Amino acid sequence: MKLQKASRYALYAVLHLASAPDKQHSTAEIAEEYGISIHHLAKVMRTLVRSGLIESVRGVGGGYRFAGNVRRTTLWDVIHEFESLESDMESPDELSGNAEIVISGLDNVNREIDGLIRSTLDSITLKTLLRYGVENLERG
Amino acid sequence: MSSIKIDTAKMNNKKIAISIRQVSKADSAAIVALDAEITGADKSAYWTDILDRFAGSDQRMQRYFLVATSADDELLGFIVGEIRAWEFGSPPCGWVLALNVSPGHRERGIGESLLDALCAKFRHADITTLRTMVLGNDKVNLSFFRGEGLAAGPYIELEKRLD
Repeated sequence: MKLQKASRYALYAVLHLASAPDKQHSTAEIAEEYGISIHHLAKVMRTLVRSGLIESVRGVGGGYRFAGNVRRTTLWDVIHEFESLESDMESPDELSGNAEIVISGLDNVNREIDGLIRSTLDSITLKTLLRYGVENLERG
Repeated sequence: MSSIKIDTAKMNNKKIAISIRQVSKADSAAIVALDAEITGADKSAYWTDILDRFAGSDQRMQRYFLVATSADDELLGFIVGEIRAWEFGSPPCGWVLALNVSPGHRERGIGESLLDALCAKFRHADITTLRTMVLGNDKVNLSFFRGEGLAAGPYIELEKRLD
C-alpha cells in the first residue's frame, strides 16, 4: 500500500499538534518544521478540522490544536479522508474464456487484503505509531 | 524529521489503585455482569464453565484467571490466559483468551496491569511468546494489545461458514 502525500502530511500535523496539546500551531509553522508545501498542508488541515481531529483557534496567536486522544486516535482515523482502501484492479469490460472466473476469484482475494489493511490501520494508535518509529530508529 | 514526544500524562488517564488476585467462584456474578455490560449478551453458562475449569487451577494446569479489584473489592476487570503447545507446530506459548475492563474505569492502567500479571505467570513457566486473537473491527482491544507491544504474528486465522 502506498500512502498518499496528504496522508503523510496529515500525520505530521496531527502528531505535531498532539505533542503539545495545550498549544496552537499555525499551518506555516508546521509546514516549515517538516519542509512541506504550505498550500497542500492548508487543504489537509481543513479536512482534519472537518473530521474533528484538530480544531481551529481564532484570534491573535491562533492556529490549530489537537482535539483527539493519542491513546485512542488511530492511523486510520487520521488518513481515511485521504485514502481509498479498495484495491484497484484493472479489468476489461468484456471478459471471455475463463477471465470472468479469474476476476471474480481475485475480487475475493482483494476483499480479504483490504479487510486486513483496514484492521491494521485502525488498530494502531498515534501513541503506538510513535513507539514503532522510536524503536526502529533506536535499532538503526 | 524532528523528534515528536507526546506527554500522555496530560491525557487524563489517572492510574487507579487496584489489587490483582486469582479468581474465585464467588466472583462469578460480577464477571457475568461485567461481560454482559460490555458485550450486551448474558453468557452465564459460558463463564460458569470457564470458572469451573480455571478457578483454583494450579500451576501444573497452566491456566490463569486473574481479577482486578478496587480497594472495596469491586471487580474492575479480569483476564483469562492459558499455555498451549504445539498446535500446528507452534511451540508452547501463552494465550490471552479474554480481557475485560469496566467501561467506567478504562485508560487507568487496569488492562495493562492485568496483562503484566498474566505475562509474569507465563514467564514463570518459561514461556517467551504471548498470543491472542481479536476480531478485526474490535478497535478497543486491537489498539490496546498493539499498544502493549503485540503485532501481527506468523499465524493467520482462517475460518469457514458451515451453515
